[in-house]
Amino acid sequence: MIKGLIHSIESFGTVDGPGVRYVVFLKGCPLRCAYCHNPDTWDNQGALEMTAKEVLDGYFKNKEFYKNGGITVTGGEPLVQIDFLTELLKMAKEENIHTAIDTSGITFNECNTEKLDFLMKYTDLVMLDIKHIDEEKHISLTGQSNKNILEFAKYTEKKGIPIWVRHVVVPNLTDNYDDLYNLGKFIGTLTNVKALDVLPYHTMGVKKYEEIGISYKLKDTPPLSTEDAVKAREIILKGIKN
Amino acid sequence: MRKEIEAWNGFEEGTWVREINVRSFIKHNYTPYDGDESFLSAPTKSTLELWDKVLELTKEEREKGGVLDMDTKVISTITSHGPGYLDKDKEKIVGFQTDKPLKRALMPYGGIRMAEKACSDNGYTIDPEVKEFFTIHRKTHNAGVFDAYTPEMRACRSSHIITGLPDAYGRGRIIGDYRRVALYGVDMLIQDKMEQKETTRSAMYSEIIRDREELSEQIRALEDLKKMALSYGYDISMPAKNTQEAIQWLYFGYLAAVKEQNGAAMSLGRTSTFLDIYSQRDIKNGVFTESEIQELIDHFVMKLRLIKFARTPEYNALFSGDPQWVTESIGGITVDGHHMVTKMSFRYLHTLTNLGPAPEPNLTVLWSTKLPMNFKRYCAKISIETSSVQYENDDTMRPIHGDDYAIACCVSSMKLGKEMQFFGARANLAKCLLYAINGGVDEITGVQVAPEYRAVTSEYLDYDEVMERYDEMMKWLAGVYVNTLNIIHYMHDKYCYEKIQMALHDKKVTRWFATGIAGLSVVADSLSAIKYAKVKAIRNEKGVAVDYEVEGDFPKYGNDDDRVDRIAYDIVHRFMEHIRKNHTYRQSIPTTSILTITSNVVYGKNTGATPDGRKKGEAFAPGANPMHQRDTHGAVASLASVAKLPFKDAQDGISNTFSIIPDALGKNDRVFMGDLAIELDSCGGDCGITPVEALNDIND
Repeated sequence: MIKGLIHSIESFGTVDGPGVRYVVFLKGCPLRCAYCHNPDTWDNQGALEMTAKEVLDGYFKNKEFYKNGGITVTGGEPLVQIDFLTELLKMAKEENIHTAIDTSGITFNECNTEKLDFLMKYTDLVMLDIKHIDEEKHISLTGQSNKNILEFAKYTEKKGIPIWVRHVVVPNLTDNYDDLYNLGKFIGTLTNVKALDVLPYHTMGVKKYEEIGISYKLKDTPPLSTEDAVKAREIILKGIKN
Repeated sequence: MRKEIEAWNGFEEGTWVREINVRSFIKHNYTPYDGDESFLSAPTKSTLELWDKVLELTKEEREKGGVLDMDTKVISTITSHGPGYLDKDKEKIVGFQTDKPLKRALMPYGGIRMAEKACSDNGYTIDPEVKEFFTIHRKTHNAGVFDAYTPEMRACRSSHIITGLPDAYGRGRIIGDYRRVALYGVDMLIQDKMEQKETTRSAMYSEIIRDREELSEQIRALEDLKKMALSYGYDISMPAKNTQEAIQWLYFGYLAAVKEQNGAAMSLGRTSTFLDIYSQRDIKNGVFTESEIQELIDHFVMKLRLIKFARTPEYNALFSGDPQWVTESIGGITVDGHHMVTKMSFRYLHTLTNLGPAPEPNLTVLWSTKLPMNFKRYCAKISIETSSVQYENDDTMRPIHGDDYAIACCVSSMKLGKEMQFFGARANLAKCLLYAINGGVDEITGVQVAPEYRAVTSEYLDYDEVMERYDEMMKWLAGVYVNTLNIIHYMHDKYCYEKIQMALHDKKVTRWFATGIAGLSVVADSLSAIKYAKVKAIRNEKGVAVDYEVEGDFPKYGNDDDRVDRIAYDIVHRFMEHIRKNHTYRQSIPTTSILTITSNVVYGKNTGATPDGRKKGEAFAPGANPMHQRDTHGAVASLASVAKLPFKDAQDGISNTFSIIPDALGKNDRVFMGDLAIELDSCGGDCGITPVEALNDIND
């Protein structure tokens, strides 16, 4: 059995998919988003090595709690460990568990989707985190192009996998009217989007940067208020309707 | 018993007409309610006016440093004080502990020093004659206890390995079946008690003599109860005829108890479904409207919020505040599987809306998966709005206590009128572990408190060695603890007997001998650290281990990890087995609880560093909670660890204090717009993820 590199497991996830969920955080991520609140998942340092069966054992022990929810695999970037991820979700599907992946889609390569095709067979829901719709700003925010990410969105549509689009709204970085509107426009071209999840930027991750000893790029950025998040959502909705 | 009683017109007959049996009355007459909260009424004008007065008084009380007024001369009894009012014309339910609201009564029977100190610490001086009387002429519970304590018991008390003992204050935790006053009237209760007295055995063994003396005391208390009610203008010798009388009669019963006893917990019982039977009848007959019924409940609850006792700052520190534990149990399921939610269950919770949130009365929902959905939703709503509702697992307690039990204090369950409890505070199991390591020497004072068992002398602690010593030390502790409590309850019965509360019990009462455990998660983690990591003992110049260094990681209680959860289970089971080996006073049945909801700070303060890495003086986790920030796998895993503890060994209750920020319970529906289909499938459309707009509209 392949061993997964696990950051941690949250037994009571209520914000990462429908219902109460068993949330598995995997280690490793190619992105370096300026606002990332889990910088401790970037590398593999201190990872717990667990088999898919060991991970699922924790689910089954308390499965009563998850009967209206399921499993969400997030990270880090879960697709980095696609072999382990596939094994985990396959095993979960065999037990009729609702499966969700929370991903940025950054590892997507349209020339080579063989492994992904296989994974999608066991995936009920993809939560796709689109960091920025504007290519240049995306590179500046995350260190990578958004091309693969948008391609991945189209891929899920082709595969008929329902997706929830998530978008973190950061003051002065991702709250520009045109960008939000354009994001909406892009979402509007997809037919498989089931929900839009606007996440207001918060500063709860800042402490982790201090603990790890890396500098935090958004030191002076204030958290986004709920009111502003509602406004941002309205703009994206406008873009979708167009 | 008489049968042609006008007050009972319209009620279905059952065993309850032939004997004192409130459960039978409820079973035959209550109307389960499956609807929602839309029938509830807003507060009336006079309710709001009265409540404003209460707020003014409590503000004044706070400004005066926590006590508004105290009686320093009149010894509180059921009849000691004339009537007191907030606003006589507006109050639909009347009665205060003294002649004024928020004036604290003088109750020296538990101990004169405590009563005196409660006065002086709050800036009052106790009447010297009272002091002299209770020092020289009338012995108190406290004086009796200290006459009998052994030096070992006193040492355990001073070192806080046994702590919070009710040896200087009222033990509380007894719930009179106050409903009996309403259903039967006091005369019938007196008649019943006289029959009980007439039928005692005639050979005068000391138990029989005690029974006869106690029954006489109970009868006198019932007579006093009638007199007290009469001073408010009510003759309660006969059964209550309507909702207002039922609440008033019941409240007089409770009021008599809190005039007589300053107990550590003075709980109310399980009154809502009982009272609902009266309100159903009154609404049907046009006697009262819904609004009038709610007003009665609001006024009743207002009175319960004003129950106060004279206490010392140390007492308040131990219990983190000035709690009365006026616990009222709501809901639950009958033994044959029907829910017991009535409109009155809603009305009680609705007082939190009408009068605003409050910790007292401690409204406790006896939760079952079988409660009606509308009620569950309403509970959730009120919890979110007020954070003032306590929940207890009826499915766990019902098999042991049936369907007419109530909670005393925070978790202690007892059948109303049939079971009572000897409250026993707690043994500090974390300190006991340190005694095991140090051969009975206290890690803070250096005094030899426990017997001089062999100490653990190795630098690194060995699990098997520590466990062996720990088991021996727990055995010793259980012995001295139970015997200390035997003395306490003997003396409490003798010098501070709960006359009126026991008058509202059957003749044959089952007594639970309650013990308690503090520091469970500290012990579990400490033993886990010794077993799975390396723990080095740091010893002082006298060889006493006073600190510990933990090298490496270890499984921590609160993460659903069986390696450590099994240790926690094992400790509870072992300690309870040691408790059971001892003789307990008055044929009581030993139980234990894991529920230091508020005292965990004080217990921690008196305990040295522990092998789990906890520093000297650091607070314990409350109750059966995992240690702060050590449960790293989320709520389900944390709760799962607690749920593994053996209820059969901790039948007096296991508590877990759980708080969560609202955002961690689900999405903010203003920011999140989800798919109708997914949400409806996942949680019946009511999980707070209500979509603001469905995407279908947008795709048009």
